[in-house]
Amino acid sequence: MIEADRLSKHFGSFKAVDDLSFEVRPGEVLGFLGPNGAGKSTTMKMLTGFLRPTSGIARINGFDVQRNPIEAKQQIGYLPEGAPAWGDMTVKSFLKFIAQVRGLRGREAKAAIDTAIETVELEEVLHRQIDNLSKGFTRRVGLAQALLHNPNILIMDEPTDGLDPNQKHQVRELITRMAEDKLLIISTHILEEVEAVCTRAMIISDGKMMADGTPAELTARSKFHQAVTLHSPEAAKAAELLKVLPQARNIALEGNAVTVFPREGDEAGLYDLVAKLAREHNWPITELARERGRLDEVFRDITRPSAKAAWDRVAA
Amino acid sequence: MIFTLFKRELASYFSTPLAYVFLMIFLVLTGVFTFEIGNFYERGQADLQTFFLFHPFLYLFLVPAIAMRLWADERKTGSIELLLTLPITMWQAVVAKFLAAWIFIGLSLMLTAPLWITVNYLGEPDNGTVFAAYLGSWLMAGGFLAIGSCLSAATRSQVIAFILTAVVCFLFVAAGWPVVLNFISRFVPTELLQAISSMSFFSHFQAISKGVIDLRDIIYFAAVILVWLYATALVIDMKKAD
Repeated sequence: MIEADRLSKHFGSFKAVDDLSFEVRPGEVLGFLGPNGAGKSTTMKMLTGFLRPTSGIARINGFDVQRNPIEAKQQIGYLPEGAPAWGDMTVKSFLKFIAQVRGLRGREAKAAIDTAIETVELEEVLHRQIDNLSKGFTRRVGLAQALLHNPNILIMDEPTDGLDPNQKHQVRELITRMAEDKLLIISTHILEEVEAVCTRAMIISDGKMMADGTPAELTARSKFHQAVTLHSPEAAKAAELLKVLPQARNIALEGNAVTVFPREGDEAGLYDLVAKLAREHNWPITELARERGRLDEVFRDITRPSAKAAWDRVAA
Repeated sequence: MIFTLFKRELASYFSTPLAYVFLMIFLVLTGVFTFEIGNFYERGQADLQTFFLFHPFLYLFLVPAIAMRLWADERKTGSIELLLTLPITMWQAVVAKFLAAWIFIGLSLMLTAPLWITVNYLGEPDNGTVFAAYLGSWLMAGGFLAIGSCLSAATRSQVIAFILTAVVCFLFVAAGWPVVLNFISRFVPTELLQAISSMSFFSHFQAISKGVIDLRDIIYFAAVILVWLYATALVIDMKKAD
């Protein structure tokens, strides 16, 4: 279990992380979402004991990261941003070194290394220098390193950044597989990833927590949630009629698609109503869908004011 | 734990050409200094005075070359984040890195043994003095290295680390030269002058290399090493965020 108790990190007058509190329990896969510079990495660096918080306490399975750093660090497997390693080592010697530092010896170490190699599929590059590996393999070496001691807490900073679609898929499968008995925190700005692997998402912006919930709860905040979209060549004509429906709060027309946003309380029957109207007026339907909500839209809504402020800072 | 970290560090010297280039340059330069500039044969004395005489100057640019990569490289590649989130203490990391570099320089020194064998073949040197001088030279190298460790932690750039270390080491050496001391003596009181002179690597190394292993000289170098390593840990803690 991870507890962040009013964590803050200031760099000079800049508040990278500002009074952040949360708890994560085993079995959860928490996705840290946020624009670049929102404080995701800084938070992870404090949880893993790399940075000392300006104030607040981080606890890993009950161990205060600042007071009992060794015990806390033993609980964690950590993949820092960019998966750094010592490039002059071979993959094999690197993993051996990590095993030794993690206190694994002899047969135990060998078994752990073999398992890690198998899990992230590193056999073919075992004797190559890490410097000479592709980005995908380097990332996998980083993952192997984090998994090696079979920690029950895994913290990964942008685990799929820079990977091709196949590799991304692989890493996501890996995350889902591990999620069964571990606690995972991943940071990302790929929203589909959150919906694919996370049981919980937290949106951070300007070092503050803006939203915390399951991906479904977050998408429900979207104004598209429960809206009904009709794709039809007759969309413009349909829009005229749908606009005046008492159940419609608003509509949006975009090319051959018209979206109807329901009034509160009228969400349930909207789909059937639109379908019925389409049949009655013989509008040809290419697609009719009830929207689940769009995470990217929620994300933009929540973080845009701060993104704009950040941009203004840069511009100034 | 220190041993595990130390082993990795030491091995990393030999996984790149760096170690071999360094060893070669070190051996060639000690040879040149001893025979060409130091007139080893012409002096007609069976000792290694001329060999050791030039060590402070040799270290002035060879040790910064070893020390510059200690931390600057870790910060540049980001591996410092991996290193310091492993279950180890900062102190273990600092000491392990220092020891690996120090042992490496010790190895370089050992490879100059043919010179010592030559002197023993040509005459009958005082091997106790030679041993003391080797020890003194190694201790002095440790001092240089500890300074380099700290300055390498202060920057991401190996070049800047190299230059800073060379300059600071130069000051530590120069503080013991008669020329420099004469010059400073015009401005500062005698007590301060003595203090400055006693801070110099040069004076302490000279004392040991004459064959007198004085505990004070050893304590001096040990203190220099510890203070600068402590400073290294502080600097890393301060600068690791950026």
